[in-house]
Amino acid sequence: MALKIVKGSIDRMFDKNLQDLVRGIRNHKEDEAKYISTCIDEIKQELKQDNIAVKANAVCKLTYLQMLGYDVSWAAFNIVEVMSSSKFTFKRIGYLAASQCFHEGTDVIMLTTNQIRKDLSSPNQYDTGVALTGLSCFVTPDLARDLANDIMTLMSHTKPYIRKKAVLIMYKVFLKYPESLRPAFPRLKEKLEDPDPGVQSAAVNVICELARRNPKNYLSLAPLFFKLMTSSTNNWVLIKIIKLFGALTPLEPRLGKKLIEPLTNLIHSTSAMSLLYECVNTVIAVLISLSSGMPNHSASIQLCVQKLRILIEDSDQNLKYLGLLAMSKILKTHPKSVQSHKDLILQCLDDKDESIRLRALDLLYGMVSKKNLMEIVKKLMLHVDKAEGTTYRDELLTKIIDICSQSNYQYITNFEWYISILVELTRLEGTRHGHLIASQMLDVAIRVKAIRGFAVAQMATLLDNAHLLTGNTQRNGICEVLYAAAWICGEFSEHLEDPMQTLEAMLRPKVATLPGHIQAVYVQNAAKLFATVLQKHEGETDSQAAQETSQLLIDRLPLFVQSANLEVQERASCILQLVKYIQKLQQKNVEVAEEVTALFAGELNPVAPKAQKKVPIPEGLDLDAWINEPPSESESEDEKPKAVFAKEEPKHYRSRNTEVDEKELARRREVRKQEQANNPFYIKASPSSQKVYDAPGVEHIPVVQIDLSVPLKVPGMPMSDQYLKLEEERQQKEKAERKKKEKKKKREKRGKGRKADSGPESEEDITPAQHVDIVTEEMPENALPSDDDDKDPNDPHRALDIDLDKPLADSEKLPVRTHRPEVLKSPAEDRVSESVPPETKKKSSKEKKEKKKDKEKDRKRSKEEKKKKKKHKEVEEELLESQPEEPVQSEETKEAAAPPTSTSAEASDLDFWLSSAPVPPAAQEVTVPSSAVETSSAAVPESEPDEPKDTEPEDTKSSKHKKKKQKKEKEEKEKKKKKRHHHHHHHGEAGGEDSVQNGTVEEEEPLPPMSNYSVLAENSFIKMMREDAEQVYDIQGNHQDESKVVVSIIFENKSDSFLKSMEFNVLDSLNSKLQRPEGAGPHDGLTVPFQLPPGVSNEARFVFSVQSIVMPQKLKGTLTFIVKSDESSTHEKLDFKLHFTCTSYLITTPCYSDAYAKLLESGDLKGSSLRLEGINMPFHHLLARICFHHHFSVVERIDSCASMYSRSIQGHHVCLLVKTSDQTVSIDAKCDEPSLLGNVLDELKQTFSKC
Amino acid sequence: MIKAILIFNNHGKPRLSKFYEHYTEDTEQQIIRETFHLVSKRDENVCNFLEGGLLIGGSENKLIYRHYATLYFVFCVDSSESELGILDLIQVFVETLDKCFENVCELDLIFHMDKVHNILAEMVMGGMVLETNMSEISTQAEAHSKMEKSEAGIAGAPARAVSAVKNMNLPEMPKNINIGDISIKVPNLSSFK
Repeated sequence: MALKIVKGSIDRMFDKNLQDLVRGIRNHKEDEAKYISTCIDEIKQELKQDNIAVKANAVCKLTYLQMLGYDVSWAAFNIVEVMSSSKFTFKRIGYLAASQCFHEGTDVIMLTTNQIRKDLSSPNQYDTGVALTGLSCFVTPDLARDLANDIMTLMSHTKPYIRKKAVLIMYKVFLKYPESLRPAFPRLKEKLEDPDPGVQSAAVNVICELARRNPKNYLSLAPLFFKLMTSSTNNWVLIKIIKLFGALTPLEPRLGKKLIEPLTNLIHSTSAMSLLYECVNTVIAVLISLSSGMPNHSASIQLCVQKLRILIEDSDQNLKYLGLLAMSKILKTHPKSVQSHKDLILQCLDDKDESIRLRALDLLYGMVSKKNLMEIVKKLMLHVDKAEGTTYRDELLTKIIDICSQSNYQYITNFEWYISILVELTRLEGTRHGHLIASQMLDVAIRVKAIRGFAVAQMATLLDNAHLLTGNTQRNGICEVLYAAAWICGEFSEHLEDPMQTLEAMLRPKVATLPGHIQAVYVQNAAKLFATVLQKHEGETDSQAAQETSQLLIDRLPLFVQSANLEVQERASCILQLVKYIQKLQQKNVEVAEEVTALFAGELNPVAPKAQKKVPIPEGLDLDAWINEPPSESESEDEKPKAVFAKEEPKHYRSRNTEVDEKELARRREVRKQEQANNPFYIKASPSSQKVYDAPGVEHIPVVQIDLSVPLKVPGMPMSDQYLKLEEERQQKEKAERKKKEKKKKREKRGKGRKADSGPESEEDITPAQHVDIVTEEMPENALPSDDDDKDPNDPHRALDIDLDKPLADSEKLPVRTHRPEVLKSPAEDRVSESVPPETKKKSSKEKKEKKKDKEKDRKRSKEEKKKKKKHKEVEEELLESQPEEPVQSEETKEAAAPPTSTSAEASDLDFWLSSAPVPPAAQEVTVPSSAVETSSAAVPESEPDEPKDTEPEDTKSSKHKKKKQKKEKEEKEKKKKKRHHHHHHHGEAGGEDSVQNGTVEEEEPLPPMSNYSVLAENSFIKMMREDAEQVYDIQGNHQDESKVVVSIIFENKSDSFLKSMEFNVLDSLNSKLQRPEGAGPHDGLTVPFQLPPGVSNEARFVFSVQSIVMPQKLKGTLTFIVKSDESSTHEKLDFKLHFTCTSYLITTPCYSDAYAKLLESGDLKGSSLRLEGINMPFHHLLARICFHHHFSVVERIDSCASMYSRSIQGHHVCLLVKTSDQTVSIDAKCDEPSLLGNVLDELKQTFSKC
Repeated sequence: MIKAILIFNNHGKPRLSKFYEHYTEDTEQQIIRETFHLVSKRDENVCNFLEGGLLIGGSENKLIYRHYATLYFVFCVDSSESELGILDLIQVFVETLDKCFENVCELDLIFHMDKVHNILAEMVMGGMVLETNMSEISTQAEAHSKMEKSEAGIAGAPARAVSAVKNMNLPEMPKNINIGDISIKVPNLSSFK
């Protein structure tokens, strides 16, 4: 055995490694493919060996070959083998190969689930890291579902290296498994305030990516991001956040207002161009969102445009490019401020860099007006001539067409000019956009009736000179134009001056070389022309000429009858026969023209592209219903048992059966006929009153005399230029005329004759050369306006459109792998074995389907809930308004409405943050304690208006958890406000513990609101409320000896004086110390970083370092402050006691039942128990209370029994088993630190003794 | 999101390709070729952004690239990324390579594609930027190679020796490759903090 290993390693020495492979390929330049194929053979041999090192080496080489374009999916299984190696080096090779070539279709992926799970929980952080990196590239919906929970746990890993990777990969998980978004989101949100900048940046990254797709769901995070934006120094994070705000502002204009100032500051202060640019971009987005309401931001626009001009003028091409890009965004809403920089932009058109020229073109699009359109297009036409390279020229061409056709040809005053431009564009060689020009020609000719005469003349010339267009090559896309030309000439042939000549041009033998679909149009329109010609000749009673025309067709059409193209052939032979018949009639001197014209009578109107979709489904029409009854399955099944009897009396049975069938069929037929007769949408067989178009008589066809004083081609000068000159002259004349007129009749309205020139008139008010009637596109009557047309139903991000503020339902928990299959069957378990039985596969697909349904349901549900929420909110507001003086009564109703409002409160929170106008400071009234009513009530009533903005920090608080509390806090305050006289003070007067709102809890189902704030101390001037040290975090590294606890304290000014120079001081104990800034002595106080105007509250946080956490702590402290009123200022002080309960050292940590079971089995934990009598609250309230006040999380709950878990900041595990029966609750607890456990249990007891 | 990261030389030979969306090998090669054609015909002093090719994502995406001596570094990104930010990121990437390979040249990338992948993985994960701090990236990369060495231990020694000998036996190796040092000084860009 040992010998084998040695031999193996010696063999290995002479195996090719990656470097040898690369070297070999480089040395076989001539026969690279052959060399590689021998290498692949070698690799196949190596993969067959047992030695994992050899395999890893082979896989490594495969990764290289994959980059060169070789398919290596055949080695997928070997890659999985290498991934599962215990050595990091090999594992990494395996994961790299997997990330390069695995995808959703790779079937071996399902074998990796357990391996990946193992690697994710590996003690070696680099194993975990490598697994996360690999997984990010090949995660599938199945993997995402099975591993979501494991990855979520990693988000709170101790190592920031793992945390940031886990956070980042969550985005991929969400994409593949949208159900995980809601359960994982709270934690993701927490990570926004992670102490490690890398993790923070990753979280910002993920949320930005999510929010970009469904911004409205993330509006509530705006305050948090706002805080990050003002505090972060990492440019990358700042850029992301600023970009995110750019996506959010369109939804919430108030946010924009708030943003303008900090963004402008950043623009002025930053030196990083990237940041500056993004700031400008977001300011632009804000301005766009505000543009409807407030025009008062001209300063900001000016600043942006000015900064962008600097960018555009910069020598760095990158900045120039981006400047133009941003400029085009301003253009949309503030075109005037950009138009003043026309010079600069036209200058950019001459730039040597194509990207920059293209951007400048984009800008031109928005800068045109009726006045300068011709001039700009002329400039572009010059560029078209100069342009090298077809792509840029094509781009110019499309831009010219875009510019001219934008908003329904709004800026075109002279359509003759436009047609000439289009004709000129057909001279471009090798353009791909023939069809674009063609469709423009068709569109203009159809929709602008006045131009038809001119257009037809132009098209006739085009057809006559078709050889110029098709001359060069067949693949030339420009011949598409002939399609349009032929159709226009045929359809509007009444405008043709010499239809015979055009007809002749359309039947030239050369036409047969054109693409099939064009030939088909030629043939069809030749027939139309034929009809016109006939009519003309018969009108002139020139039967000779008419017969000649027929003969021409009969001569030429056989060429098309032979065409290989089916369409051409069919049409040609059809028309040929028709003409032959006509000829026969002609020879008998029968007048046929009228009948022939009738074939092509009627007008074609343009139809809007979405018209078909918008036809509403008529009532009672069910497209999914069967037209004929489907053969029912049950019948055939029923027949089988009957077959037993069929033997006995076969004839009878059969005959009866058919009889029934015939009767039944007849009956059905009747019913169907009846239905059809009643159905107006059924096209009946009998000839109905279908609309027959009145064929216009020959005399009605107006023959337009075309003034050919403008020749088609002026040598040396493109003809569209002439229009430019003409237009200028015309405009000048008009101006002069107008001046005259205005002098005469100032009030006379102009432009009477213009029927429907769409779009608003520009301020110059240029009348178009022709009276233009732009036919609007047809839409079906009572079309439903729908806005969801543009959404792509296949967009994976659509699934992530999930309301994140809704509280989590039980069903939404992530699937957890457990050892007890009856609790929750993990689909991953099935995959351990290599072959999955087909049955389970079916199941999983079924599951998926169900899930889809669920998803849809969810979506619907969330919509409904939103509606409900809104209602609730309104209802509540009404309640509040209508019942100001009936506090007691309203209390109950509100209590009942509490749970829904707690969700809507998130929104109102945001409203609060966004409203720069002060919300009626609910805070004041809360402070009215019974003792101080007299002193403060005078100050209370209406001192509202001057509440400053700096209440923000209170709202921009960290965890969701906390936020909820705050909401409740606020609600509470609002309630209190209404109950001014009937004051329920629910807090203990000083140093109280956690308190439960409104004392008693009725038997209601919804959870009563809970608050973690308690009054610390108060006097007539100030009240201090303290939050239980919820925000606890430990410092990494010195885990064991020192931990930090953050205490948030709300200071509230209850007096009508100004409070300032507040100093917070605590007498340190051996165990707990207040963290003071460096250089401060151990007894110095900390200055509270704000001042309090009357009636205002604000929050400050203080950090304490704690050594031992097994005992509760009490710290004495004082707050000193100066009370400043108009007359005097006095020094005041307030003593308080800070109570650190053991509970406050616990952190809510989720735990999975398997880990929990292991923990209990390990035997390291000491037990203790507790009995509580007379608890009459629902079990889930009880659990919620323990979770909320004591920071536990429920591991598992079965009926009236639940296991719970929490962890202290120093890593002690605390496990609880809570059972309840008949008002008695027994709690069995285990912990590795008995004294900690004892204290926690005491505190638990205290909590419940209060209720 | 970053859709793909490509490194190829002046002749369009791929030196590293990382796609964050799945394509078949053939499409990948086409994308590389197309990108090379788009990028290589651009002058030195034009802007470093261009609208994405037809194959990879269309108009949503942008190509952001930098050209260093013999190599093109191309990032294909969508609209959520900051253009200048990505340019800085490419700079960080190249500087990190320079640090890890000690004066990086094209040859390093040719022979150590796996190592480049590993460094890249510390910077961009699944199409999203993981780390922009150069020292952090190189610390992690070093930690990786340290682990690798400790695992190889004595067993790896003979293999290393053989490979060293192999390298020595190739007198033509330095000749047939012309290496330009990758110049990493680029003005006008502030790097990340």
